[in-house]
Amino acid sequence: MIIATYVKHVPDAEARLTADGGRIDVDDHAYALDGMDEYGVEAAVRLKEAGLADEVVALAIGPARSEAALRTALALGADRAVLLETDDDLDPLAQAGPLAEATRACGAELLLVGGKQADWDSAALGPAVAEALGWPVCDWTTELRLEGREVTAVHDVDDGSEAWRAPLPVVVTTQQGLNEPRYPTLPNIMKAKRKPLERVPLTASARVVTLAAALPSRARRGVRLEGDAAAVASELARRLRDEAKVL
Amino acid sequence: MILIAIDHAQGAPRRSAFELVSAARELGGEIAAVVLGGPDASPVAEALAAFVPHVVHVDDAALDHASHERRTSALAGVATELGADVVLLAAGRGGQAVGPRLALRLGGALLEDVGAVRRDGAAVVAERLAFLSRASLTVRAETTPVVVSVKPGAFPAAAPADAPGSVASRAATFTQADDAARLGERRSVARGRVALEEAEVVACGGRGLGDAEAFERLVVGLADDLGAGVAATRAVVDAGWRPYDEQVGQTGKNVAPKLYFALAVSGAVQHLSGMNRSGTVVAINKDGDAPIFQVADYGVVGDVHELVPALRAALADLD
Repeated sequence: MIIATYVKHVPDAEARLTADGGRIDVDDHAYALDGMDEYGVEAAVRLKEAGLADEVVALAIGPARSEAALRTALALGADRAVLLETDDDLDPLAQAGPLAEATRACGAELLLVGGKQADWDSAALGPAVAEALGWPVCDWTTELRLEGREVTAVHDVDDGSEAWRAPLPVVVTTQQGLNEPRYPTLPNIMKAKRKPLERVPLTASARVVTLAAALPSRARRGVRLEGDAAAVASELARRLRDEAKVL
Repeated sequence: MILIAIDHAQGAPRRSAFELVSAARELGGEIAAVVLGGPDASPVAEALAAFVPHVVHVDDAALDHASHERRTSALAGVATELGADVVLLAAGRGGQAVGPRLALRLGGALLEDVGAVRRDGAAVVAERLAFLSRASLTVRAETTPVVVSVKPGAFPAAAPADAPGSVASRAATFTQADDAARLGERRSVARGRVALEEAEVVACGGRGLGDAEAFERLVVGLADDLGAGVAATRAVVDAGWRPYDEQVGQTGKNVAPKLYFALAVSGAVQHLSGMNRSGTVVAINKDGDAPIFQVADYGVVGDVHELVPALRAALADLD
């Protein structure tokens, strides 16, 4: 069984952003493998280590710099990598078709995708690629088991949790809690440089375009209250009622 | 035609349903609502008829606790039959999975997790956040139909319409592929507390509280006084003090209550991305340089162990 795991090269949470007319610019050095995708790489590698998978293929869509995210996935234990290379800003639905094709091309029967992407703040790619493949999707997975050809995926709901069962092939989106991703070791980082990484040029049409971008900051009152606890507390309570009018 | 997909629980529409009615009215045009679920969902459809002229109840118990695939098929059937050019759904967990599937199935586009939406000639334009809610983007769908998932709390709840609408029932048809994923064990934890995304007041505690007992006493205590939702930071959930479904932030929930208490919360970017749309933010932290103070309307530098009991007493004393 072959597992494909999607990885995205996204700005670090602390990256400096600047808004320039219609787009957001990010300091080029502040990109890394999306933390949400690390859970998928880790899950795939663990299934392989348990003898339940034969090969782990890391897939990425994006500009040339995305190779760094793929090399990280290779250092974490993926066997080979494919980059669908494009400089276009493609919305998740526009990415779904090409990603589905790449998944089929590598023969994968389980595709892991991070639950939410840290650049677009989007949770759409996993379900969209599942639709493009005609596969079911188990989302926000915090516990994943593979028994025979059936996947059991647990996710949280408002009043507890649900376990979903689906036969292969299936798309699973990952969530914090699924595992503790390992750190790449130096020898593995060196080894990753020699693992196969294929680049495929990608052309696709965006279904959603960005017209404008801004870095908004909500105006806050910025009131600091100081003094002894009882006095500060009654001042705060009074202001919440009379000034902010939220009580 | 704008079609709105209704989330419901315990035989009543979720608050998001009425927010979607507001969003649809703002967009303008003919509005229909679709309710999925067996006979228990009938009262939901009846309730919606007071707000929109046409309600379609896809009446099939196979849609109760259904997979995303079944729900997608049911919604796609109604959207196609009505010729909807816009489908609105709530950007909760379910809508986040069904929205993309539905948009792709209809051959359209997805505007995801939007805070505002409008028509621009024949196109649909929306505002949404990106980069961990640090940037705001204006986005336009390049094709139709357009599926729009609407951020909870972004629109006010609508008032009933002047004239009541009608309810029509229809059957669902599923394909074999829709039945691939099946619900196994469902574990319920009774919380007896307002759903976090629907809470008007949220009390959130951070690692600085010290331990689970202090969290319970201070954060849950304040929340109980105010009928508020309880939230936690990732560090608190990772430490096992609180369940994951209370986590607010990048990998947890996204909330925008009228009033948000951040108690011993430092304010990492990942946490701020889940709460920085809140109305009034109160921060109490002993570190005056904590980033949470940058998004706070009222900041108190001090010890939560002293300040929270004092605040509870002061709130009780307000006349």
